[in-house]
Parts: sequence; structure tokens; C-alpha cells
Amino acid sequence: MIDFELSEAIQTQRQMVHAVAEQAMRPIAREYDEREHEKPWDFLNMMWQVSSGHPVSEGAGKKPKQERPERNLAMCVSIEELSWGDAGLYLSIPNTGLGGAAVAAAGTPEQKERFLSRFSGGKPKWAAMAITEPGCGSDSSAIQTTAQRDGDHWVINGTKIFCTSGLMAAEKSEGFVVVWATLDRSAGRAGIKAFVVEAGTPGMYVTKVENKLGIRASDTATLVFEDCRVPLDNILGSPEVPKTSEGFKGVMATFDATRPIVAASAIGVGRAALDLVKDTLKEHGIEIRYGLSPHKLTVLERDVMEMEAQLEAARLLTWRAAWMMDNGLRNNLEASMAKAKAGLVVTQITQKAVEILGPLGYSRQLLLEKWMRDAKINVIFEGTQQINQLIVARRILGYSSKELS
Amino acid sequence: MVNFKPTDEQELIRESMAGFAREVLRPAAREADEKNAVPETVVQRGWELGLVQSPIPEALGGYGDARSAVTSALLLEELAYGDLALTLHLLAPRLLTIPLLVAGTEEQRRRWLPRFAGAAFTVGTAAFVEPRWDFDATALATRAERQRGGYVLTGGKCLVPLAARAEAILVYAAAPDGLAAFVVEPGTPGLTVGERERNMGIKALDTFTLTLEGVRVPAAARLGGEGVNLQPLVDASRIAVAALAVGVARAAFDYARDYAKERRAFGVAIAQKQAVAFKLADMAIEIDSMRLLTWEAAWKLDSGQPATREAVLVKQYASQSALNITDNAVQVLGGHGYIREHPVELWLRNARGFATFDGLAIV
Repeated sequence: MIDFELSEAIQTQRQMVHAVAEQAMRPIAREYDEREHEKPWDFLNMMWQVSSGHPVSEGAGKKPKQERPERNLAMCVSIEELSWGDAGLYLSIPNTGLGGAAVAAAGTPEQKERFLSRFSGGKPKWAAMAITEPGCGSDSSAIQTTAQRDGDHWVINGTKIFCTSGLMAAEKSEGFVVVWATLDRSAGRAGIKAFVVEAGTPGMYVTKVENKLGIRASDTATLVFEDCRVPLDNILGSPEVPKTSEGFKGVMATFDATRPIVAASAIGVGRAALDLVKDTLKEHGIEIRYGLSPHKLTVLERDVMEMEAQLEAARLLTWRAAWMMDNGLRNNLEASMAKAKAGLVVTQITQKAVEILGPLGYSRQLLLEKWMRDAKINVIFEGTQQINQLIVARRILGYSSKELS
Repeated sequence: MVNFKPTDEQELIRESMAGFAREVLRPAAREADEKNAVPETVVQRGWELGLVQSPIPEALGGYGDARSAVTSALLLEELAYGDLALTLHLLAPRLLTIPLLVAGTEEQRRRWLPRFAGAAFTVGTAAFVEPRWDFDATALATRAERQRGGYVLTGGKCLVPLAARAEAILVYAAAPDGLAAFVVEPGTPGLTVGERERNMGIKALDTFTLTLEGVRVPAAARLGGEGVNLQPLVDASRIAVAALAVGVARAAFDYARDYAKERRAFGVAIAQKQAVAFKLADMAIEIDSMRLLTWEAAWKLDSGQPATREAVLVKQYASQSALNITDNAVQVLGGHGYIREHPVELWLRNARGFATFDGLAIV
């Protein structure tokens, strides 16, 4: 039965996470935006310590899935709250991240145990995913990084850029990086495999950490692999190069799980901006008059109402994509819809919010201008806006990637 | 607990409405639009769906099904997918029966509802919109003054479906204590049903202007009696408009998508061009956005929570999106979209009305 009431468990969790966002993230948000390459260690350590009961660390597989029937939805709700606190800090929280998602999606039970169990104790750890290269971004089938077998090792060579938490995963913790590389460039998509490279593996170097428009608390690294050797069983999935690109599709399926999460994070940023606008208007005695004839509404009221409806639409698309995963339904189309909608909406909402608050919105005294900068990442990473449109278009038209490129 | 799956019963209703829309409404839509008339066969077959009878209690001759805004939203989308004007015709009696069910007194229900539970389509309707450019649902210009134990209604209405043949018209007016509605019978002195309107879209639907010049009605004609809160009805009407908008938008999208896969240019189907494919992708995303917002608002109404904000937001959102989507559908067909051989121009004309269609349907 159609229902939009969050379960009590999720509501309780949301309140707890909201408190963290309000009390631990908001107060340091500006500081770590300004001090781009420094890490908020007190916050990171705290998040690591509480993570045993925390949704974002559940990729570690401590609890079997059936105990958490609403796992993905719960995660989306929590991540909206964390990103309402601060998206950059949220992205910097030590956890299994995208790398863990890949292991969880494509790894064997043995690999999951070997790579993910470390996320439940000891010092903070990060896991990252390295896909993008200097010469290819959206077209991830064109990656040039190679993996060659040499005895009982894979030897990886190539350069990866824009790797979120790459520095923390590769050098600053006992985490790992999942690296996409090709076994056979001539095989196209079919030759692409994912390899787990442990932090500190010789031959893996962080050569650059980017200076960015926003989400500055989160590091975005360039990783160079020079004859970097990893054990044979660090490959995720089969080492065979199939005749079809089914294997590649499997890796891409990781994104069906992560896109709703990115969408949820975007929504958190958008909500932060919208809350601020509404609070400011309220302080000045301006209430939104729902139901009044459009002819009598102020432009301001119409703008706020439009922002509210757009944000809610994005949230419902996101919840649906998460709910589908929780119910074992394939959500490739819906996850991309959610990501495309949320990214666009939140980019627009935050920009509109800055406009509405005028010089206050533009000033670094408030966090709003930062949220606008942070929001923009959501139409770029985890598939640009155009890639998500492309995926949606292929699905609704029934086209292959050859038929619609 | 969050759930996006309709019940099995709702799915059955949806499927039967989808079948009716496909087999009866869509094939009749173009001719009905050209002739400005709804075919009688459609009316009778539509009546047999039980749209009006179903929520009327068994004791009053109906089927006694529980009223649900969510279920209504599902079926309205499907029917509007077939054709909006025909759908509004079939649903017109609900403009009277649903408010009676929701807010009517026992006496009002007993008096009026049984005649809407018979074997043939019986006309009831409501008058909400007023013929002013700045129509305001929160401040109706039609007044209801208290006088000698009854009310006197004065004002003008427009977009009143089937008014000329109605057994009764539910007239909304501003009473001294707020928004009120009155069951007005045809022939009441001072009530004049004007000429049939000629509108840009929903052409098949008979709509009329009403003039109320000192129309006297007894106190017992006031829906629910004094002090009843009619806001949930206004909300239900806005949510209905949104649900209908989803159906029209989806009709246009499906047609444009299929056309784009057939039509070839530069050696490929035009759907293989990103300029067209991305437009279609955005349309698909917006349709799902509209639908989910509609469901949420309807769910809120069903669960008895205040839903005015959600209803206002979704009506605004859905009417704008439906306009964008039908406009894009015309654009995808190019010159062919402008020709009346294809239905997309009809959907564009219909969709432009959603911003204005207050009180033309109810969930």
C-alpha cells in the first residue's frame, strides 16, 4: 500500500543523525571549507567511533541484510541529514565509501570478509574508487590503465584522477582503493575489471590533491600506478575477458546502489539552503501563503513554493529508488532518474537561494554561498547530469549504448 | 513504513481503467473534440465503471467502497491518459457526490445520493471557478448572505460541467463564516445557466457559466451545515487536477517516444539523437516526479493530515510540468505535431487548462 510515513526506526535514526549534523558539522563547516587540505580529525574520529551503530558503515556487512529491510532507504534519510549538516564533511567521513560498495556488489564472500571487516574497529579507514583518468571521464569504457598478469600478481599501470577520498584511502589509513583497469584494451568494455589495491601498496602514489569549487573538506586525489603489484585474488569478479560486455555491466551496477545515495546527499544540501531562506523570511514576518491565487503571490513566495515542490519531487524519486533496492527490484532507471533530478534541482535551488538573500547570500558570513558551491558537484560526480540523462533515455527508449551514444 | 506499491485491489482498478481508456476513451477522443460533444455510448459505458456509484454507501444504493484519494489518483491518471474531456464528463457527478460523502449531513446524503446510484448516468456537478482573470479560491467573489433562516447567493461562475442537465449543482460561495457550498436545484429563481462555453481545450466537455442573482436557498442546502471545514474538498480538487495532469502528460510522452523511434532523419531514428533523447528523458523524469508528488498529497489527505500545502504545490507543479511535457511532445513531432491528425496538439490544448481547472474534478 502506498505510504510515505517513515518507519519509527528510521525516524529515530534521523533525529540522531540530525543532531550530529547540527552540533558536530555545522559549527566546523566554514573552517574546513577555508582550510581546504586539513582534516577535521576530532570529527572524523568521533564519526569512526560511533559508526558501529551508524548507517553509513553498514556496507561492512556486519548485519545480514534481512535484519535491515529498509537499509537503503534508511541510508538515504541519514545521508540527507548529514549533508544538511555539511556535504564536504559528510563525504570525508571514514567509511567503506564507493570502494566498499564495489566490493560489496562484486566481491566474493571471502573478499568481503578480507576487505570490509577492517571497517569495524581500530583507526579510521577509508575506501575509494578510482575510475576517471586524464583522458576519459564519462566514457569509462575508454580507460587506459592496464592490469597484466605476472605469476600470482596483477601489475597495474596508469593514472587515475578525481578519486574521492583517494588520499585517505591510499595513504592516510589502512584502507584500500578499487581501481578500474583493462586486461585487454582491444576488448573494450569487456576487458575492464576492478582491482582492490591496499593502502600503502608499493607502486601506488598520490601525486596531487585537487583544489575545488566546493566539498573542500573531502579530498579529491590523483593516483599514479607504476608497476603496482596486487595479489591475484584482489580482482573483483572473474578474470576472464568475456565475449560480451556483461562483466562491465556488473561493475556499472554498483552505481544503481550509489546514485540514490548521491541524490540523497544533494537533497540535504538543497534543504539546508531552502531552510535558511524560509527561516530568514520568517524572521522578517514573511509567511508563504499556500493556496492563495497565483495572481496575489509575491515572486518570493512563488520561488519558495517552486523550490519546495522541486526538492520534494527529487526526494520522492530518491526514496523510490532506495525502496526498490530494499525490495530486490532492479532500479537502474529509477536510480538515474533520482540522481538526474536531485542534482539539477539542488544546483538550481542553492543558486536561487543565494539570489534571494542578496548580498547576505553572496557573503561568506553565511554558509549559503558554500552550499551553492557544494551543490554543483552533484551534477558532476557519480555520472554527470548528461550521463544520467543518457541512461534514462536508453532505458525508456529501449536502446543499447550503441544505438544511443 | 514507506511503500511505493499500490495494493492488489488498486492495481486491478488501475488495469480496468487503463483498459477502458485504451479501448473506449482514446478512440473517441479526436471526434469528440472536433464535434464538441461526448458520445452517449462513452457516457453509458463510463457509468458502468462505477466511478460515481462505488463510494456511495450500500444503504443508499451504491457499492459502499471506501473512498481513497490515492485510489482516485491512480484511476484519474489512467482515465486522463485516454482523454481528459471525456474523463471530466464521466466524473462530473462526483463533484456533487464526493462532497456529500465527505462533508454532507445525513439528511443531505439521503436526499441526493440514491439518485446517483442508478443504472444510467445521472448528472450532478459543482460550480467553483469564477469568470475573472484573478480568480482566487481563497476569496470567492460569489457571496452567501444569511437571510431569514436561509442564504442568498449572488455572483457568477464559469467552467461548470454539464450544468444545463444537472439534477443539482454544488455552488461554492464565501459565507460570513468562511468557505461554504450549497446544493442548488435547477429552476431555483435567480439561477441562470448561461451559454455553453467555448474553450481552447477539453472541447468535448459541456461547460457553462452560471449567474446567481439573489438565489434563495434554505439553510438545509448548505453542505454539512454551518461551520463545516471545506478545505479538504479544495485540496482534493487540486490533487485531482494533478492526477489528471499526470495522465495527459504520460499520453503525450508515450506518443512522442514512439514517434521518435519511428521517425528517421540523418540516417537514424530521431530518438537516437541526444537532442531528442534527452528531451524524452527529462519528460519521463518529470512524469514520475508529478506522479509521486500526487501520490504523496493524496496519501496525506487519506491519512487525515492537513494537505493544503502539498495539494497547492503539486497542482502548481503538475500543471506546469504537463504543459512543458505536452509542448515538448508537439516539438518532438515537429510540423506533424501541429497537425490535427496527431493527438499531441489536443493534449497541449488540454494541458494548458490545468492551471485553471480548479474544482473540475475531485479525488
